[in-house]
Amino acid sequence: MPTSEDYQGQVPAWCPGCGNFNILSTVKEALVELGIEPWEVLVVSGIGQAGKLPHYMRCHTFNGLHGRTLPVATAAKLANHSLHVIAVAGDGDCYGEGGNHFLHTIRRNPNITLLVHDNQIYGLTKGQASPTTAQKTHTKIQPYGVLAEQMNPLALAISQDCSFVARGFAGDQGYLKELMKAAITHKGFSLLDILQPCVTFNKINTFKWYRDRVYKLEEEYDPSDRLKAFEKSLEWGDKIPNGILYKNERETLEEGMPTIQEEPLVRQKFSIKDVKHEIEKFY
Amino acid sequence: MGVNFLDYTLRVGGEAGQGLATIGGALGQVFSKIGFHVFTHQDYMSRIRGGHNFYQIRFSDKEISASREMVDILLALDLNTIEIHRKSVRNEGFILYDSEITKKKFEEPEFIDIPFRKIALDVGKKSVMANTVATGAALGILDLGLEAFRKVIRKAFKDKGEEIIKDNIACAEAGYHYAHTNCPRCEAFGVREPEYRKLMLIDGVHAIGMGAVMSGCKFYSGYPMTPSTGILNYMASRAEEYNLVVEQAEDEIAAINMAIGASFAGVRAMTGSSGGGFALMTEGLSLAGMTETPIVIAEMQRPGPATGLPTRTEQADLLFVLYAAHGEFPRVIFEPGDPKQAFYLTNKAFELAEKYQIPVFIQSDQYLADTEWTYEKFDLEHLIYNDYRLREKDLEGVDVYKRFKYSSTGISLLAVPGEAGKHLVVADSDEHDEEGHIIEDSETRIKMVQKRLLNKLPLIKKEIDPPLLYGDSSPKIVLVGHGSTYGVIKEVIDTISKDYKVAMMHFSQVYPLPERDKFDYIELLEKADLTICIENNATGQFAKVMRAETGFEFSHMILKYDGRPFTIENLKEELHAYI
Ligand SMILES: Cc1ncc(C[n+]2csc(CCOP(=O)(O)OP(=O)(O)O)c2C)c(N)n1
Ligand code: SF4
Repeated sequence: MPTSEDYQGQVPAWCPGCGNFNILSTVKEALVELGIEPWEVLVVSGIGQAGKLPHYMRCHTFNGLHGRTLPVATAAKLANHSLHVIAVAGDGDCYGEGGNHFLHTIRRNPNITLLVHDNQIYGLTKGQASPTTAQKTHTKIQPYGVLAEQMNPLALAISQDCSFVARGFAGDQGYLKELMKAAITHKGFSLLDILQPCVTFNKINTFKWYRDRVYKLEEEYDPSDRLKAFEKSLEWGDKIPNGILYKNERETLEEGMPTIQEEPLVRQKFSIKDVKHEIEKFY
Repeated sequence: MGVNFLDYTLRVGGEAGQGLATIGGALGQVFSKIGFHVFTHQDYMSRIRGGHNFYQIRFSDKEISASREMVDILLALDLNTIEIHRKSVRNEGFILYDSEITKKKFEEPEFIDIPFRKIALDVGKKSVMANTVATGAALGILDLGLEAFRKVIRKAFKDKGEEIIKDNIACAEAGYHYAHTNCPRCEAFGVREPEYRKLMLIDGVHAIGMGAVMSGCKFYSGYPMTPSTGILNYMASRAEEYNLVVEQAEDEIAAINMAIGASFAGVRAMTGSSGGGFALMTEGLSLAGMTETPIVIAEMQRPGPATGLPTRTEQADLLFVLYAAHGEFPRVIFEPGDPKQAFYLTNKAFELAEKYQIPVFIQSDQYLADTEWTYEKFDLEHLIYNDYRLREKDLEGVDVYKRFKYSSTGISLLAVPGEAGKHLVVADSDEHDEEGHIIEDSETRIKMVQKRLLNKLPLIKKEIDPPLLYGDSSPKIVLVGHGSTYGVIKEVIDTISKDYKVAMMHFSQVYPLPERDKFDYIELLEKADLTICIENNATGQFAKVMRAETGFEFSHMILKYDGRPFTIENLKEELHAYI
């Protein structure tokens, strides 16, 4: 059985007190509790503070470009669906630069997990607005306050029938771990948006701010009810729901591809002699 | 024209949506089945219906490699075609048309009025079969028999049922006989059937696709853009048979990142686009460079800038592909001259991409993409396939696997994540250490640049073959070309070589330029009186690469940038200004 030690990576270079630390330790614990070994996991990320997470772990990792996490993760999963593929992104990375990929990965539904470290700000580039920054928030670049409407990634995901849509909070690691485990074991594309305080640049959405607002979805909440889920996803302000808002059982991208049913693509042997007859088609 | 071998050209013209590609494609197949060498090329507008398009088929009993301006048979599916192309029909030639469709009757002797539509309705009960009638009629003029066409029909409609096949064959026969009996001048044609040979007919796009499949490519991602779409179509059509994964990405950014993701995960991957789409890929190209992930990219040019002429041809992206992406990393660019070269160079592209863990380009253009050529065969024994991906047993004895371990060749072991036992594979777009983790110190940076770029470059250069010299071995005049101008320059050399000491020097492996130890092509050029660089662009991009890399300057240039390929006649005419 793996231990948390097995997942020990480099020393994080995040600011002391950053919400990312809690997410990092929670991911490791979730994987350990699921009995997944480091060589069975591929963590793919883009660029940003969140994007650095793979370096602070020990497993297969691909740290690519800002916003491009999902195409890399999707294709890696298609190439080897025996790997657990976890995509890690910041809110700017995933919903801003990578917005188009987010939309289309929901549609494709590969069996991968997306963890979004949603700190409602750009951390690595020092405090610009992100798509989830509240309207009217002032930054160096938005002197009149953010004019654009705050994005609602959960509502967007539910509207597109995303296979698994959940929200967690970096300040409640116990529950976050449950949600992560559910996301990782869910069959289909699972989005876990994690409220992550950025203690340096986001002076509004602090640990306390979130703590005063977040609540767990009631026991009897039914995540298969899409309309209800949509209603829940619109709740934001004094009360912010945490938990699995929506879940369905859609066919995954890999399941729809007949050519990888018997074996993952990477394990299929290639020999020129098996394809040579192709030339006959041109006579 | 001064040819002493059989050499005919047929041009089928009409509106988009009239089935020109069906007729042209079928005729190409018929001639190649009979054993003629065939060369086809297409000229079409960026629209699905209407406009004016043509499909040209040249066939000969000798090898041919380019299109001619003048035609022997014009098959006109509308009046517009007659107006545009009438002057291209040779004196002894014919124009086949249907006066009911053109609403105009022509009395000149070259015109043969054939009621395509009426025959189709009478014999096949459907007006769409007018195309089959027309194809049959063209064969009737040539008196070539219908056996090969029947085979082509059976193959084309095999999924549509016996009834459709039967009706089409009947239409073909009716068209054939009508043309045959109503063409008093046809004997003058004297088409003699060649000795039966089994010839394959293939265009650039299919050659690249087949090259990829036979090189073990398992993953192809792309976003449709003319003229690269054909590769995406081909790969998708073969997915089931060869267990490929083909994904239509949401955009070209995703397409290249997908190819990188699949390649990182352990399979040979490829993507393709045209200039505008490739522009979006440049960010990903740089990622492949940094993460040393092997990928093959087909960049199929069309005239730009921006969306340019979507369905036309040009060779104006060479410098773009050469300099695309930020930072410094090694890359290889191949520019095949014909489908056969496209096939082998695609194979070599995969070999080099995997061996050196770099991006390799197959750069081509619309002209070659859908130009069909005939060959007796491709020699499949010469295909290269070495699996450089390491799995558990290959890594026995490796204590701690480091994805980017320093080495004198610059090449580090390439392990397959999840298949390499407990070894972990870590890659990063940030500058990284041997294990793949982020660093910022200058020593590591220097060592990584040396490993990734400087150590690999000289080895890569040694893999590049010298240019092809065709014609006189110590020429006074050298015509230099790269990529798709190969065929037309070659034929022009054939027609002028008895009068001049002339040769073609053709580059299909354009970057890095080959070393000069095996063949000092610069010395050969320096000894010639005239060196003419021939390019399908406005600025002489290959000439610039030559100057930048070797210091050599051509004495003249022939540049064509009207969106159309060179034909034999117009290249010869341009040459007359110099020789
Ligand atoms: C193509 C590109 N554009 C911009 C950047 C600069 N950049 C790095 S991280 C980042 C945003 C980070 O914000 P977010 O994704 O929310 O992650 P966080 O740092 O807050 O975790 C930006 C704009 C980049 N690296 N690449
Ligand atoms: S800037 Fe914000 S997100 Fe980044 S490490 Fe510091 S606290 Fe965390």
